[in-house]
Amino acid sequence: MTEQMPSGLRFDTVSIQAGDFRLVDLDFTVPEGAYAILKGATGCGKTTILEATCGLRSISGGSIRIGERAVEGLPPARRNIGYVPQDGALFPTMTAGRQIALPLVLRGTSRAEADLRAAELAELVEITHLLDRRPEGFSGGERQRVAIARAIAWKPDLLLMDEPIGALDETMRARVVSALRAVHAHTGVTTLHVTHDPRDVADLSTILYRLEEGRVERC
Amino acid sequence: MSTFRHDRLFSLTISMLAGIYVILILALLLAGATFTTPADILQALSSEPIRQSAVLSIVSCTVASILALWVAIPAGYLLARWEFPGKTLVDAIFDIPIVLPPLVVGLFLLILFESGVGRFIQDNLFGITYEVPAVILAQFCVATAFAVRAMRITYEQMDRRTEEVALVLGCTRWQSFTLVTMPQSTRGIVAAGTLAWARALGEFGPILVFAGATRGKTEVLPTTIFLEWSIGDLGAAVAVSLLLVGLALLVLITTRLLGFKGVIG
Repeated sequence: MTEQMPSGLRFDTVSIQAGDFRLVDLDFTVPEGAYAILKGATGCGKTTILEATCGLRSISGGSIRIGERAVEGLPPARRNIGYVPQDGALFPTMTAGRQIALPLVLRGTSRAEADLRAAELAELVEITHLLDRRPEGFSGGERQRVAIARAIAWKPDLLLMDEPIGALDETMRARVVSALRAVHAHTGVTTLHVTHDPRDVADLSTILYRLEEGRVERC
Repeated sequence: MSTFRHDRLFSLTISMLAGIYVILILALLLAGATFTTPADILQALSSEPIRQSAVLSIVSCTVASILALWVAIPAGYLLARWEFPGKTLVDAIFDIPIVLPPLVVGLFLLILFESGVGRFIQDNLFGITYEVPAVILAQFCVATAFAVRAMRITYEQMDRRTEEVALVLGCTRWQSFTLVTMPQSTRGIVAAGTLAWARALGEFGPILVFAGATRGKTEVLPTTIFLEWSIGDLGAAVAVSLLLVGLALLVLITTRLLGFKGVIG
């Protein structure tokens, strides 16, 4: 299992070009262990920032640091990031348990140990009853909780979440908020959660940023 | 005229135009089916040359469609997921066997394997022209183009974010493809293989030119229809034709049961 490294996130004059869409000279820091929310209107570039941090989108300038490491030149697999995209993007052919255990198995953990860790995480986010099922038929909240457990399975340095409670009804929303609080209390992982919903800020955030007109500002 | 009457006239017109084609196809099948009797079909199918031709058809189509999938899976993925210089040209090249007249495919295969490297392979390794490998190669050339289309649609319909998440979770590109992408594309692979098999089964022009129509050697079912028709045994030709129709219908039904849309489903 990966040893936890100093893990604050720093964007240092980062520029991202995606077709005609541009974000220029982004400068912000998420301190180690913080639960930060990046708020912004739909289409303003929040997902682009997460994808660039994960390594799914290249940056055209500047530097992205996780702790002491500059990660902009590393492939996604070596950035040690947990990522929860919108709707979870669960693997439809794998059971929930198998996909939560996957990051551990990929890093050489034995199947038995990985299954044990998957069971612990499932208990933390209250999805134990889903471990042996494939995602087809899961509710939105269940999908998100499986995706969160999968993202933190191998103790990433940084957790990135894209609207994890965006399109949920009130009951499911409360369950996922509860799961996110439990995960952050249990792991202390530096977290950046992007949203357009002001309720997320009241429910979860310790630090709030706003993305507006291509600039990130701390509120 | 009221809107309601306009709507009815529109529905009637498009239904009639579509109906003409449906009636034509049904009339073709009915004409074939009523031209012969089940007893005639059984008698034709029990003849040794026709049985040999059926066996060669099934074996060669199976080999050709497996080879087609080996090309179609990576090629479909490449075309669906990657942007690269000259992609439009590469895409068009994959379609050439679909638009080229079948006889031309056969003729060019013949020229390719009767000169240069092709001749060297035949002289030093194994015979191709007018042998069974020529049958498989001719079927492979055309079937692969259809399989590539099918696999491309499969990957285009698949959510690419699952592959991206796999990369962030720690997968290499290869692991992401084998652990996440391939299991999701199983139905597409079966549909592409089935489509390739059906296309290969119906190939005649390229096989006639490149592999010949030697009875008991390079004779496949479409060749049998041609040979029986050319000697005036229309009953046997129709019996073999109905066998091909049956196999084609089986393929269509299989593909629809697999829920594969966009290619033939």
